[in-house]
Amino acid sequence: MTTGVEFLPCIVAFCCVHSAYQAADAAGRMRIPYPENIIMVHIPCAGRVDTLHILRAFENGADGVVILACHEGACHHILGNIRAKERVERANALLREIGVDGRRVEMRTCAPNDGSRFARVCHELEEKIKELGPSPLRKHA
Amino acid sequence: MIIAERKPLEDIKQMIAQYKKILLVGCGTCVTVCWAGGEKEVGILASQLRLAFRRDGGELETLEATVERQCEKEMVEELKDKIQQVEAVLSLGCGAGVQTIADRFEETPVYPALNTKFVGMPEREGLWIENCGACGDCFLDRTGGICPIVRCAKGLLNGPCGGTNKGKCEVDPEKDCAWTLIYRRLEKQGRLDLMRKYYPPRNFQAVVRPGKIEAQRV
Ligand code: SF4
Ligand code: SF4
Repeated sequence: MTTGVEFLPCIVAFCCVHSAYQAADAAGRMRIPYPENIIMVHIPCAGRVDTLHILRAFENGADGVVILACHEGACHHILGNIRAKERVERANALLREIGVDGRRVEMRTCAPNDGSRFARVCHELEEKIKELGPSPLRKHA
Repeated sequence: MIIAERKPLEDIKQMIAQYKKILLVGCGTCVTVCWAGGEKEVGILASQLRLAFRRDGGELETLEATVERQCEKEMVEELKDKIQQVEAVLSLGCGAGVQTIADRFEETPVYPALNTKFVGMPEREGLWIENCGACGDCFLDRTGGICPIVRCAKGLLNGPCGGTNKGKCEVDPEKDCAWTLIYRRLEKQGRLDLMRKYYPPRNFQAVVRPGKIEAQRV
């Protein structure tokens, strides 16, 4: 960035209560730091996330969105993570249609006790969104 | 039911480029079932358009509504208050829905967000297949309930043609040959004699445009 001000991306993370949300807790208990600019949204299952929720996050200023779900085959509600994956793909396609890099939305998985993975994923996401820069969809971009 | 799909976003954006505030109207019947124009799609398209306008440095305000059947005058009546607040309407109904709103609210421009494609059925989740061309002179009694008018690439009344290939159509090998399907169906029913009959060209006067049907009260 040329402005000299460090870009702190706003990342919305939809966290499944059966996996990532618990993993975030685990990270906390283990004193593993993760970026503070990750806004966690507590969801009952990744399958609860709708394409519209993803778009609304961008309308409200997100630079990136991630759905953090159970590993494949481990969804508490059987198909929730598969559905979430499809919606991430759909949201990516909708964003690409308006000329926005689809990499701003992604789906990642995490086990409930894996605090270190949770923290690592958050750092990776932050790095990626930093590289992409602020979202062109921000109100005063 | 009627199957439709959303127009390319670029086309929709161009149609409404001049407006600052529009109403998006979905339909709760056919186009809800084929994922093209129900309440959910209205929400997604509205959000996507707001983002697209913002991306281009502008701003779009949207109102949303979904009526149960957009092709009925009485049902679009409920849009009145919302239509008074906007410059234009973007309809996610089939062509009949768009026209019903346009007729009822003549002073407001109404734009189609969908392309109405055909009369069809769901084959599996997310896949719809055309199976009736509304030809006005139904032929299904002779074909075991499989329509050769739209499901045969050539619309043959006396099939199959010489190109049928192991149950697939020569025009598009991905598709089943309608006449092979018809043969198999009639075979199951012991009605293969129908395959030996010759059917003369159809009476195209059966379809007069625009169609009009007046039913008698029961
Ligand atoms: S013959 Fe085919 S196109 Fe004509 S009414 Fe019957 S199903 Fe529809
Ligand atoms: S192969 Fe079958 S479906 Fe295709 S054009 Fe010939 S008769 Fe019709």
